[in-house]
Parts: sequence; structure tokens; C-alpha cells
Amino acid sequence: MVRLEKRPSPSAFWQWATPVLAVVLTMIAGGIMFALLGKNPVEAIRTIFWDPLFNEQFAAYSRPQLLVKAGPLILIAVGLSLGFRAGIWNIGAEGQYIMGAIFGAGVGLALYPVETRWVFPLMVVAGVFGGWLWAMIPAILKTRFNTNEILVSLLLVYVAQNILASMSLGLLRNPEGGGFPGSRNLGQIPAMANPELIPGTGMHWGVIAAFVVVIAAYVMLQRHILGFHIKLSGQAPRAARFAGVSPQRLVVLCMGISGALAGAAGLFEVAGPSGQISIDFNVGYGFTAIIVAFLGRLNPIGILLAGLLMALTYIGGELASFMLSLPSAAIQAFQGMLLFFLLAVDLLTNYRVRFGAKREVA
Amino acid sequence: MTGTGTGTELLAISGVTKAYPGVVANSDVSFSISEGEVHALLGENGAGKSTLVKMIYGLVKPDAGSMRFRGADYAPAEPRAARAAGVAMVFQHFSLFEALNVAENVALGMENPPPMRELASRIKAVSEEYGLPLDPGRMVGDLSAGERQRVEIIRCLLQDPKLLIMDEPTSVLTPQEVEILFKTLRQLSSEGTAILYISHKLEEIRALCDEATILRRGKVVATCTPRERSAREMAELMVGATLTPPARAAQEKGAVALEVAGLSVASPIPFGTSLKDVSFAVRKGEVLGIAGVAGNGQDELLLALSGELRCSAGAVRIDGVPMGDQGPNARRAAGLVAAPEERLGHAAAPDMSLVENALLSGAVRKGLVKGGFIDWAAAGEFAAGIVRDFDVRTPGTHVAARALSGGNLQKFVVGRELSQAPSVIVINQPTWGVDAAAAAAIRQAILDRAAGGAAVVVISQDLDELLEIADRFAALNEGRLTAPRPVEGLTIDEIGLMMGGAHGMEVAHHGH
Amino acid sequence: MDIGGINPAILIASLMVASVPIILAAIGELVVEKAGVLNLGVEGMMIMGAICGFATAVGTGNPYLGFVGGAAGAMALALVFGFLTQFLLANQVATGLALTLFGLGLSSMIGQGYVGIKPPATQKLELGPLADIPFFGTILFEHDWMVYMSIAIIAAVWAVLKYTRTGLILRAVGESHDAAHALGYKVRRIRMLAVLFGGAMSGLGGAYISLIRVPQWTDGITAGAGWIALAIVVFASWKPWRVLLGAYLFGGITVLQLNLQAAGARIPVEYLSMSPYLITILVLVIMSSGKGKAALNAPAALGQNFHASR
Repeated sequence: MVRLEKRPSPSAFWQWATPVLAVVLTMIAGGIMFALLGKNPVEAIRTIFWDPLFNEQFAAYSRPQLLVKAGPLILIAVGLSLGFRAGIWNIGAEGQYIMGAIFGAGVGLALYPVETRWVFPLMVVAGVFGGWLWAMIPAILKTRFNTNEILVSLLLVYVAQNILASMSLGLLRNPEGGGFPGSRNLGQIPAMANPELIPGTGMHWGVIAAFVVVIAAYVMLQRHILGFHIKLSGQAPRAARFAGVSPQRLVVLCMGISGALAGAAGLFEVAGPSGQISIDFNVGYGFTAIIVAFLGRLNPIGILLAGLLMALTYIGGELASFMLSLPSAAIQAFQGMLLFFLLAVDLLTNYRVRFGAKREVA
Repeated sequence: MTGTGTGTELLAISGVTKAYPGVVANSDVSFSISEGEVHALLGENGAGKSTLVKMIYGLVKPDAGSMRFRGADYAPAEPRAARAAGVAMVFQHFSLFEALNVAENVALGMENPPPMRELASRIKAVSEEYGLPLDPGRMVGDLSAGERQRVEIIRCLLQDPKLLIMDEPTSVLTPQEVEILFKTLRQLSSEGTAILYISHKLEEIRALCDEATILRRGKVVATCTPRERSAREMAELMVGATLTPPARAAQEKGAVALEVAGLSVASPIPFGTSLKDVSFAVRKGEVLGIAGVAGNGQDELLLALSGELRCSAGAVRIDGVPMGDQGPNARRAAGLVAAPEERLGHAAAPDMSLVENALLSGAVRKGLVKGGFIDWAAAGEFAAGIVRDFDVRTPGTHVAARALSGGNLQKFVVGRELSQAPSVIVINQPTWGVDAAAAAAIRQAILDRAAGGAAVVVISQDLDELLEIADRFAALNEGRLTAPRPVEGLTIDEIGLMMGGAHGMEVAHHGH
Repeated sequence: MDIGGINPAILIASLMVASVPIILAAIGELVVEKAGVLNLGVEGMMIMGAICGFATAVGTGNPYLGFVGGAAGAMALALVFGFLTQFLLANQVATGLALTLFGLGLSSMIGQGYVGIKPPATQKLELGPLADIPFFGTILFEHDWMVYMSIAIIAAVWAVLKYTRTGLILRAVGESHDAAHALGYKVRRIRMLAVLFGGAMSGLGGAYISLIRVPQWTDGITAGAGWIALAIVVFASWKPWRVLLGAYLFGGITVLQLNLQAAGARIPVEYLSMSPYLITILVLVIMSSGKGKAALNAPAALGQNFHASR
């Protein structure tokens, strides 16, 4: 018989070892899944995790992609992690990401063809505002009417997707695009572009923002009273109220930060790698960031590493679908599986597993 | 008096041992109970009483040892088996469901309950017979603590048990209600039902029980006939040392430091009790004791005083300044500190270290946060100071709060508040679940602060404690506070009436 | 009888069909939540039900087996959720999200070979002359068997929760797992069974979408129905018959906006398609705002994990 025994204090070792263990277990289970699809599991795993970085043929293209993909994931995940720590569940980052892109691109395109240096900063502000605004809807409904923020933030993703479709077909459509859906390509308008800053690295302003946010969040959680209050609210809500934390204020703050960061990620994406507002602009970063946040143990440094790893699975997944004709959905299932394994092994942090039955009465 | 045991052995426990990681809850425990006997299991908090009865009730399996019940080997795998054998139990923390009604709650505790309508009439009949009136259709969440206990007792009685286990049953009753309960228990005993009565209250045991087994640190240290021993003798057996009552110096009372006037506020807790027009004043150097049966507004009063629950500005004044609409930190800045009843989860965050928990409420008065940034070094010193001054037994200040024993954590929590040089102190249940030595230390520390000029409000369900440390005494009853009276000259009957008497039960018992 | 090109009888009849998936998923989740478990993975289980049901129906040529397959597929996912939350004590919110993310990926992977195929048709129930009754015949008696089945399931859940001991125990576990444990009830086992029932219902709902309502397979076919089902449980304040009401309200809006799209209304399509989600949010707000009225009906132990310590 297997029993669980609560540890007196969380294990520091397992706190860091569980994500690694989860990745290993996912590779094994993923390998089995790939084998069931009739692919060579070892080759598939190598194509996903090794080739994008070290294969001479692909690395030149893939390596810069690592930062391009990791940037938005990290930016969004750091924001989400603050709320998750406080027990505030914003799972609609995908919608906030879309709204950030629409607001940012909208401001840029409204100013077209103004060619000054402050257009891009203005777009960033608008993008941040768009994401923040979209996150304020569940936040205000939660604080005013006690409405469940999980459901509202998620339902708003569907609303945002419809707004995105409407924008790319209507208001923001490229007037010179010959009637095709989609906006002007922002990447080709110097005042609005978010270009690759150092050629061949994939580094753009969004990646820099992600690094800055990681550091800021780390400092806040370690040393600032707000970080302490966030942790306290998640672990012991009643103790937080005793410590003078206002739950309402915290909801508005955490939802606001995560929305603003998701909006910023959307703006950097639409002005950079993606280039335009289109119906299929969003690719699920907002949802994958939830996995990144948990895989990084809601810790900024951990999220940085987890974001890079998850970006790798995206690139490797594309590579595997190109090289081994692995279905592209397989990588989504693979990422979901990773979260399962992480949650499963997470109990090692707080519990000891004991084998053997309890001794029965003699 | 009581129907003494018939001498026929009902339950025999021999050599029972149960260990948890880091602690041996029971070590080689043996004793026996006869049919119809009222047997006391006496011991301090943490002596292993609860674990022992959980084994008898099938909730926990012993590591070693054996039990016999009605002459046969007895090793219940689950409570269902224990109930089938004729063992019933009334829990200290009730195993009741607030959102279900009385009849549904009773049905859940029975193996083959009759249809609801029939069950309801049986509940009515049995409750009348034993003088414990109950309405089967009422939602349990709306009942008082005493009424909830009746639900548990009725649930047991409907099973016709041979052995009834009662875990600290009087902690939720007024003195009058205790008398009624004892009548019921004596009636049961005379009908042949044995009762295993768990308590640390010596006078009760002397009044009710035929035999007593005394536990200390998981071991049986003595068995005796309570009526033949003095309370002091048994206390020393239980604690293993002679205790000195707290000392207090005569004290001149100063100006009013805390004034509460017409405080009415709705409870934020589901099925909680709203406060209704509560008024009192506490002077510097004075200890006001507030008694009351659990669930009569104690938690709400603490929340309203600490600032977690806001009210109109004038309802709470600290040193004359209206503070009712201010939050906890503003009140701390004004000199009021508070220690809630629930240590883990309210007064302290279970998974956080002692340093973090010191910061939790000490940030304002100890200046541990500067410009929004935490001074961890200062917080660490503050925590270490509490550990040192209040004799908190811990491997260090970086240990998680939940790793501490109840008594040590309570010393830390109380110490954290008392170390902030407060002018007003509010404490709910300062020694709840704490062993005698730690309780004495905590009471002494509170008295010392009062002697130093602080105004103190102690909310407690332990009457002995209040009579020991309070200057004046008031009681909460359904959210209302009685007018405070000097402790000197109060009789236990007067106290009981202040606490609400027997909550309308006298009539029922007149029939007997 | 037509109003603006829309026949009210057909409108009501089709709203009954449109709401079946949500009725099923919501009544399943209601039972899960009554047992004190919050499974946010309804969307993932539904879409697994949709693809597994579709694949089984296409493979066997039998639409009824398709529903069995759909329920089984979703139950497999529910089993994972139950194991993680009940035995490994994983956070229920996070595990539910993982279930949805994983279900969306896996379903789309399995579904690759099924795009563009038509499933075997499910026959309408022959109710003879009843269907010929004017107006009501169209509304009530021209449906497939799942429409009636979904209502029967609601009635059954209502009766079990209200009148049986099983229902009483289930509610007790959702109210306080500690008290239920102290009385000797097997909290984990009861919760596992509830989670599996919720999975089966979500699977049936998903299979209904891919086999009858659409009927074909496309990626992301459930389009948030699982999330709406979760919202409807809150709307219903955990009362079975109110689930029916909530689902019909939602179904009505869905059908109405589709009809308006088809009728060429002047409102852009995108704004019509977002309306069900907006209305759901609005309804959630109204239900939660009544000074915690809905919250008071919520099972007290909802979302809390149970670990028997001493």
C-alpha cells in the first residue's frame, strides 16, 4: 500500500526537481504517443528537443526562433504567475493578448502614415492599455458582483476572437490589400515596426521587455511588501486580511498586471514577428503561458527557463511536423501532457510517499 | 448519583500503541470499562486522548495492542463497523453538515435510516425523552453550538449504543446546559449505557464520572476514582508538575484606551452571528474578559476590533480617536494589536516561515517595511526576539509555522502581538488547545502587559481562565454583549445566566 | 406564422436541439460540484467525447455505439483528473485547465483522419401522430432520442439528489469532507464516481455535437460549450431543473443569432457570434450579484482537496 505523509516544511529539493522529473516523464509518455502514431520515438524526441538547437541544417533558422517564441510566453506567464500565486485565476490571457494587439496596431494604423519615432512607444502604451482594459472586465465583475473570474476571463477570449475577426475584415483591413482580410504589415512601416534588434538572435523589444519583467517580478516577490502580500493571499487568505491586505485591491492589481503584460506581448507580436492583424493572428500563447507559469513553479526565474523550453517544443514541433510529418496537434497534446505530469509529481514537494502497509493489530 | 457500572466488562483495551512521524500518540495504553459505567479519560491537550478514541471508533488503526468489546475481539476497520458493534461517538469538532437539516444529518450517521418522515418523528420522540428538544426540519447551520451537540447526541442515541464516547462535550455549553447534559448522561448510564467521557476539566469529572484513566504524553500515568481524589491531586497527575497560578500586582486603572459604542455589524461568515449594539470600554491597565458559548459572535467581535471587518467610524475608538472605518494596519499604527483564535490560517500562514509570519502583523509597528521594500534582517531579528522572549521551542526562525506544535505556535502568535508595545490588546481564545505550562506562561505575559499599562480584551470560552485573569467580565450571547461586571463576587450561576442560561431547555427537563 | 423570416415553432424546436450538449455537460458537472469537486476540464472532456464518439460511429457505422464511445473517451480523461486531484492532491483549477488543453490537442490529433467525413445518421424518434399536432408537434415530438434522454437525465439527477440516500451522501461529501470522513464515508471513492459520471455526461454532450448537431468533425468543434456549461451550473445555483432553463436560454440565443445571420440581418456576423458568450457573462453577473445568494447554494467544500490526516 502507498501512503502520503505531509512534510513539516515543503521540500526545497523537490521544488526544483519536480519540473525536471515532469519533463523526463513527458518525454517518455510522449515517445510512447509518437510510437503509437507510427513514428520512431527517439527520432521524434530528438527532432523536438535537440535538432532546433544543434542540428547544423536547422539551427540557423531555429535558434533565433527560440527567443521569438519564448518572449511572449515569458511575458504573459510572469503576469499570470502573480495572480495564480494569490489564488486569482486569469485564464483569459489569450483574449488580453488579442486586445493588446488590436489596440496597439489600431493606434499605429490610425496615425498612418506619420513617420516619427514616438509612434512605436505610443503603440506599446496602447497595447498595454488594451490588455489591461480587457482584464479589468473580469476584475471589476469579481470585485463588484463576486462573479467567477475564471469563467468570465475565459469567455472573453471568444469575444476577443470575434472582435479580431471583425477588425481584420473591417476597420483595420488594409485598404490597399485588394480586399483580402488582414491589416497593413506593420513590420514594413519603420515607425511602427518591432524589428529584430541584433540580426540572427531573434531579439526584439518584446524579448527585452520579458527579461526586464522577469527581473522586476523576482525583486518584487523577494523584497517588496506587495510580493509578500501576493504570496500570503494565495497561501492563507484569512491571514492576508489579518495582515491588512484588501482582497479587492489585489484582484484588480493582479488581473491588471497580467492583462497589461499579455497586451504588451500581443503588441510586440503584431508589430514584429507576425506583422499584421489577421483572423488567425493568435496561436494560443495565452493558453500555453499557463503551462509555462506552472512549469516554472510560478517563480520568475523558473518561468524564464520554462518559457525557453516550451518555445523549444513549438519550434521542434514544427520541425517534426515538417521532417517526420508528425501531426501539429501532437505537440499541443504533448504540452498538455507536460502540465499533467507536473501536477502529478508536484505532491512530492509537500508530501512524502511511504510504501508498505500500516501495521495491523497483532 | 450515577448508576455505577454493573461490573460486567464492556470494553477492554490492552497495550494499544500508535505512533505518528515524530510523535508517539499512544504508548502501551490499557484500561477497561464496565457496562453502565461513566469512565473519564483525562489528560492535557496532546496527551493522546483523541487518538485513543479514534481507534475505538475505527477511524485510526493501532500499530500494536488489542481491544475486546462485549467479550469478543474488537478491531473496527471503519466507523461503520464500530457503530454496528454498538459504539457511538459525539465529536469535539462536530461532524455535522451545516447546509443539511437535522433529520438529514441524523440519517447520515445511521446505517439503515428509516424513511425521512418516520425518522423525523423518532428524532422528536427521543429528544423529548432525554430532555434535548430538537426540530428535525431545521438547518443545522442555523443552530447554536449546544443545539448542534444535541443533534450529535440524538444521532448516537437512535442507534441504541452500548458505549457512548463524548469528546470534550462541555466546551460549547453554558454552565446551565452542562447540568442538563449531565442529567441526560446519568439517565443513560442508569439504563446501562457506558460512557467514555473525555475532558481536561477536573470538577466536571469529579461530578460525573465513576472511574478515571489519566493520560500524559500518550501513556497511562494513573487510574483512580475521581470522587475520592481532589481536583488538585488529579491536576498534578495530569500535568506532571505543580502549577503556580499567575501572579498579578494591584493596578491603578488609567484613562479609557478602547471604547466600543453601539457596534452593529453583519457577519461575513456563512451561518455566522451578526453583532448587535455591542458597547464597552476598557481602561489602561485593565483586563476585560468576554465569555460566551462558541458561535455567539466571538469571531465577529475580534474581526470588528482588529479592523478586518469595518463598521462606522465612531463605533470603535482607540485613545478617543474614531477608528471604526479603518483597516487593520491603521489600527495597529494607532496602538491596537489583535490575536485571532485560529492560529493556522488566520493568525499565521501555515507554510510560511516564522520570519515571514513575524512580518505578517509586525510590519507597521516594528517598521519592517521601508518605502515598500521589506527589511528582512529586521524581520528576522523581530522573529528571533519573539522566539527568545516567549520561549518558543523551534529549531529556528526559518521553520514553517505549521511545523510548530499548537502550544509553541500560540506562544509565537501571542508573543508577536505583545512584543509590539501595544496600548490595546485584543485576544480571542489565548490558550485554546495549549498545554498547561504554555497556557500559564501566556496568561502571565498578558497580565504583565496589563500591569505595564495596556488595555486588554480577552475573549475566551474557558470560564476558569477569565475568572483568573480578568478584572471585569461580560458575555456574548447571540451577538449581544451583556453589561460588563466586576469579576469579584460573581457566582457561577450569575455567569451562566449572563451567557444565556440554558437556551430554552429548562421546560423540557421539568418533565423528568 | 413567420416573424422576420423565422418560424417560431422551428426556432423553439432547434433551440431544444442546440441546448442538448450543454444540458448534458452541465448536469454532469453539477453532480461533480455537488460532491465538492470543481472540474474545469469540461471543455476538454466534451471535445474528447466529440472525437471519440465520431470515430466510433464512423468505425462501427452505428451512431448509438458512437455515443458509448464518446462517453468512454471523456471518462478516460475524467479518470486522469480524478486520479490527479483525489489521489495525488493536485490543484483542481490547474488540473482542470490541463485537461482542457490536453483534450483540445489530443482530439485534434485523433481527428486528423476524420475531417470531411459524414457520420452515420441518427434517426429521429418516430412518435407517429403526435408529431402532426400543429405547432407543439414540431416543438415537442420531432426530435432524436438524445433530446428526450437529456431531459430524463435531469429528472433522474434531481430525484436522486433530493430523495435517495446516495444523493444525501453525495451532498454531504460536498458540504464537508472532514465530517463525512469522520462518519466513515469513503470521500475519495464517492468523489471519483461523481467525476466519472461528469466525464460520461460531458462525453455524451460532445458526441451529440459531432454526431447530430453539426454533424461532422472539425478542430475545436465544441467552441467553448464546456465553459458555458460551467457557467450554467452557477446560473442554476446547483439546482438540476434550473440547468434546463439556463441551457434553453443559451440555446435560444445561439439559435436566434444563427437565424439572424442566415436571414441576413444588418448586424455583422462577428457580433452575432459573440453574443452567446456576452449573454452568458451577463447572466453570471446577475446570478452572483444578489448578495452572495447563488454562492450560498454552492457546496461548501467545492474545490478543496481532501487528505485524511490523523
